[in-house]
Amino acid sequence: MEHAFLVALLLTDATVRVATPLVLAAFAALYSERAGVVDIGLEGKMLAGAFFAAAVASSTGNPWLGLLAAVAASVGLALVHGFACITHKGNQVVSGMAVNILVAGLAPTLAYAWFRQGGQTPLLPGEARLPQIHLPGVEALAGIPVLGPVLGPVYRELIDDANVLVWLTVLLVVATHWVFTRSRFGLRLRAVGENPAAVDTAGLSVTRLRYQAVVVTGVLTGIAGAYLSTAHGAGFVRDMTAGKGYLALAALIFGKWRPWPTLFACLLFASTDAVQVRLQGVPLPVVGVIPVQFIQMLPYVLTVLLLAGFVGRAVAPRAGGIPYVKER
Amino acid sequence: MPESPQTPPALETRNVNKWFGANHANRDVSLAVPKGTIHGVVGENGAGKSTIMSIVYGYLPADSGAILVDGRPVAVRSPRDALAAGIGMVHQHFMLVDPFTVLENVLLGAEGGVTLAAGMARARAELARLARDYGLEVDLDRPVGDLPVGAQQRVEILKALYRGAEILILDEPTGVLTPQEADHLFRILRALREQGKTIVIITHKLREIMELTDNVTVMRRGQVVANLATAGTSREELAELMVGRKVLLRVEKAPARPGAPVLEAAGLCVRDGAGVERVKGVGLTVRAGEIVGIAGVSGNGQSELLEALAGMRPLAGGSVRLRGEELADRPARFTARGLRALGVGHVPEDRQRVGLVTGFEAQECAILGHQGDPAFNGRFLMDRSALFDRCAAEMDAYDIRPRDPRLPAANFSGGNQQKIVLAREIERNPDLLLVGQPTRGVDIGAIEFIHRRLVALRDQGKAILLVSVELDEIRALSDRILVMFDGRLVGELGPEEADERRLGLMMAGVVDAA
Amino acid sequence: MAQEAAQGVAQDVVGRGFGRPGDVPGWVGYALLPLLNLLAALVLSGLVILVIGENPLAVLTLLVTEAVGYPEAVGYTLYYTTGYIFTGLAVAIAFHCGLFNIGGEGQAYLGGLGAGLVGLALTGWPWPVAALAAVALSGLFGAVWAAIPGWLQAKRGSHIVITTIMFNFIAASVMTYLLVDVLIRPGSQSPETREFDPGVWLPTMDRALGWFGVAIPASPLNLSFLWALACCALFYLFLWRTRWGYEIRTVGRNERAAVYAGISPSRNIILAMAISGALAGFVGVNEIMGVQHRILLNFTGGVGFVGIAVALMGRNHPVGIVLAALLFGVLAQGGGQVSFEYPTVNRELVMVIQGLVILFAGALENLFKPQVEALFRRRRGGPQAEGRA
Repeated sequence: MEHAFLVALLLTDATVRVATPLVLAAFAALYSERAGVVDIGLEGKMLAGAFFAAAVASSTGNPWLGLLAAVAASVGLALVHGFACITHKGNQVVSGMAVNILVAGLAPTLAYAWFRQGGQTPLLPGEARLPQIHLPGVEALAGIPVLGPVLGPVYRELIDDANVLVWLTVLLVVATHWVFTRSRFGLRLRAVGENPAAVDTAGLSVTRLRYQAVVVTGVLTGIAGAYLSTAHGAGFVRDMTAGKGYLALAALIFGKWRPWPTLFACLLFASTDAVQVRLQGVPLPVVGVIPVQFIQMLPYVLTVLLLAGFVGRAVAPRAGGIPYVKER
Repeated sequence: MPESPQTPPALETRNVNKWFGANHANRDVSLAVPKGTIHGVVGENGAGKSTIMSIVYGYLPADSGAILVDGRPVAVRSPRDALAAGIGMVHQHFMLVDPFTVLENVLLGAEGGVTLAAGMARARAELARLARDYGLEVDLDRPVGDLPVGAQQRVEILKALYRGAEILILDEPTGVLTPQEADHLFRILRALREQGKTIVIITHKLREIMELTDNVTVMRRGQVVANLATAGTSREELAELMVGRKVLLRVEKAPARPGAPVLEAAGLCVRDGAGVERVKGVGLTVRAGEIVGIAGVSGNGQSELLEALAGMRPLAGGSVRLRGEELADRPARFTARGLRALGVGHVPEDRQRVGLVTGFEAQECAILGHQGDPAFNGRFLMDRSALFDRCAAEMDAYDIRPRDPRLPAANFSGGNQQKIVLAREIERNPDLLLVGQPTRGVDIGAIEFIHRRLVALRDQGKAILLVSVELDEIRALSDRILVMFDGRLVGELGPEEADERRLGLMMAGVVDAA
Repeated sequence: MAQEAAQGVAQDVVGRGFGRPGDVPGWVGYALLPLLNLLAALVLSGLVILVIGENPLAVLTLLVTEAVGYPEAVGYTLYYTTGYIFTGLAVAIAFHCGLFNIGGEGQAYLGGLGAGLVGLALTGWPWPVAALAAVALSGLFGAVWAAIPGWLQAKRGSHIVITTIMFNFIAASVMTYLLVDVLIRPGSQSPETREFDPGVWLPTMDRALGWFGVAIPASPLNLSFLWALACCALFYLFLWRTRWGYEIRTVGRNERAAVYAGISPSRNIILAMAISGALAGFVGVNEIMGVQHRILLNFTGGVGFVGIAVALMGRNHPVGIVLAALLFGVLAQGGGQVSFEYPTVNRELVMVIQGLVILFAGALENLFKPQVEALFRRRRGGPQAEGRA
């Protein structure tokens, strides 16, 4: 019993670690897509973030400068996306694709040229990585009778020593909820994704709003990338994002473009990852051993089923994917 | 309203010019709207009246010219500038965010702070006042998409007033309203005038001009042709100014000699994409050699009825007999393809979105719906020269310009596009022709041509079902007039008994007018 | 991202393609502007090369020499070109139906499975039989893998871009499972099948030309190159000279008009996707039957994504697609060789160029359009009448 409890805790902990970059990227896309700019370039922006975070952290020894570089690189790419899709009314899917392929080439090219380690950055020492936050009172809590044995491990495994970016992500989720429901920016963002002409005739600039949304997307994907290479990992490796940008996109759709359901989808998808490691080769009752690949593809299958309306229905922002052109 | 020469006009434009590519949409447009009046801007489709008002509202940039508010020149570079100068606009297609509540829609762009709470409370109080003063009641917490059209229009007016508009521009505000709803709108507008607001209303309906406005500006082909006091003019004069010559209000035609029924429909029900029943038990008969017109305010089910009869929408119930043969229970034949094969032609209401593929060459458009015709098809490949010849012949017969079958359909004018569609459908020699809005956005010369063609087809003994929201067109062409309201046929009239008042009441669903 | 959005977006791509004479000469639209875009992409690529400390001109010169400078290199270049023609056509036919098929990668992967199963099964058969069977089965597998997202778009309204992305990942998982657990050569450590019987291998071009007494150096270029060229011709005839192609194009440009004309959008969406998937699936013939002679992990290596660039560059027309595929073939072959010569350059540099080409030829295709068109209008003496409604 106690063992099962601990396993559950460890699984939850693993889920949170995997979910963090997903949440960051999915919420990044939430801003962009709710404003009517489809972004399938999350993968590329994250990868750029991961590379520049590791490269700068490795060169300067300062992970915060790395984080800054990650955000700068990712915002730069977001602006390229904006320039193509908002200013020049280009195809948003094509532009996102271009960003993904460009970075998939650029990151290892630069890594190869700058560090000469076969497309990786050097392994980061502890102080060049983003810190975990150590909270006091682990022993004190465990000492409390009755509740102690339950809360103690929860506190120890889940809450204490979480990375600073995990906390930032928690903050982001709450803040995003507030932005979308209570703030002027959120109201305008939602409006520009549904009917840009209404925003235009209300005296607001569609272009400016969409650029703002795209920049937020850039900031958050940059942080997501930095998490991968300087918080969760200890350096940049080739193809580090491994499809997480697309998975985040799937989570956003699975969450029907709304903050809380998107968070839930990220946790669900991340948990399949945690579970899959545990289930490797373990026979289950009735079904026997499930090949690990089937668990891996579960998020994608679920998203397809959702989009097909077999499990609920996801309605995208109405103006998503369409460049804004004034009517005559 | 007394007008003192000392007071500068509330709104004035001076020599405004606007080009769309090579099209000179506004040519030295100058007009002046005195404060506290209702001013009409009339003109045919494409006369440039919406363009000039979009420029005043800052939605489109002018190429040259000046805009003055209360005698002072203002630089209107965006709707923001216009709003700041006290100009509000209600667009023809409402600029509303459907999933938002009324309150959120009003607030958008005028939130009054980084957070919403305070602004919402303020707006709620202010809107309650506006609603009381002008009869602009709407439920502030309903999503706008759930509201009827009339209420959505009131939301648009509220949006403008909440932003402190002193000048309110309305673009074709009655196009989607019944005459009775339009009267309600007019009462609101008069109340606004009493409070000293200035109103500009863009319309092509002369009834509204005569009934509502103090002054009127007439536009034709991008130019102002007259500025008149409404009291000193007449509908006939305005009509003549609009089109530039005497208008032929009647189409010359002999009395109809109806033959055997071609189309007999009974109990027809049609649902739209969202599953809402739009046609609720319609029965009608069209005989050979007659034109049956369906009148109604747009959005009352006539579009759905026409598309269903053309096989573009599934029937939700009822029977359709073509030359006595029941089709409704034979879904394999009751399709667009099957009906075409049975001799049904269809000129759809919207040529650009339905009747043509604007990116295709004219010759490709000329076989739309007949792409499987053996005349153009070998075993595998199409016969491109047969296609070309066919299209060239139709272009000659219908005087379609430019006479180039390889030109993309998008490069033809509205009237010539419509003739491409008409030629394609009429030249197949259909027994039944379904026609929707045949002259919408078509220049006057083409209108006469199209009307004459339809009458000629009738005289060849073909059956024609005509749907139009233009009452003049319905009255000029139809041998019998059916009126549709809320998905039902509410009455039938002969062309002589169908005066505008009677038709208007029936179109509003007041059945005893019949 | 409603369906219309996708339609609109893809339509847009098609809409600026062929056959729309404006007031500037046609060649500006389909030759000058793409060349300018390509040039912009190359200039930026040169900057990247500069950043990593090499001379861009020297690198690009070497790249081109290594791709077309000697007969063997040409063989390699055309081998890469073959795959890109297949995926470029695949993306293009979907575009013509208003669909954005991002799933070429997964469809090619599954096509390889189809071709590979033929290779495994037909031991001892003559190669022409195996080749035909491989074309059929790889096309079928690719078609099915693309038709499912097509069906989901047509009947359930699922956004095809997202579904095809998801199907890429699902295909990768399925293939990994099959190669690790099912098809793996017994006793092998690496996840791949046994090698096929050499008798069923698709002959390489040097072997095939050898039968006619023509000697060219050995390269992976094989007979599927000819099949790719044939597919280009069939593509043109099908799309512009048959009524089935007419119907697909109608659906792509104006779905309501298609319904009006009695053309079923859902049928044509599924059909176009099936053809698209089959074309992508043919990559499997080139790679598996022509070169690898066994099924192995990730043999597609991004060919599906390059197909997007090829279709965009080639303006969705077979002639353009062949030229664009050739360009990307040069990049793939030359780029690989450059990495041997320059210690600071590796293969991924090619992806940088690919990404930039997609950006400039696709998303930023209108970057230079206003200026260039204005230039031509001025030269021809003022605006011409447009006569638009």
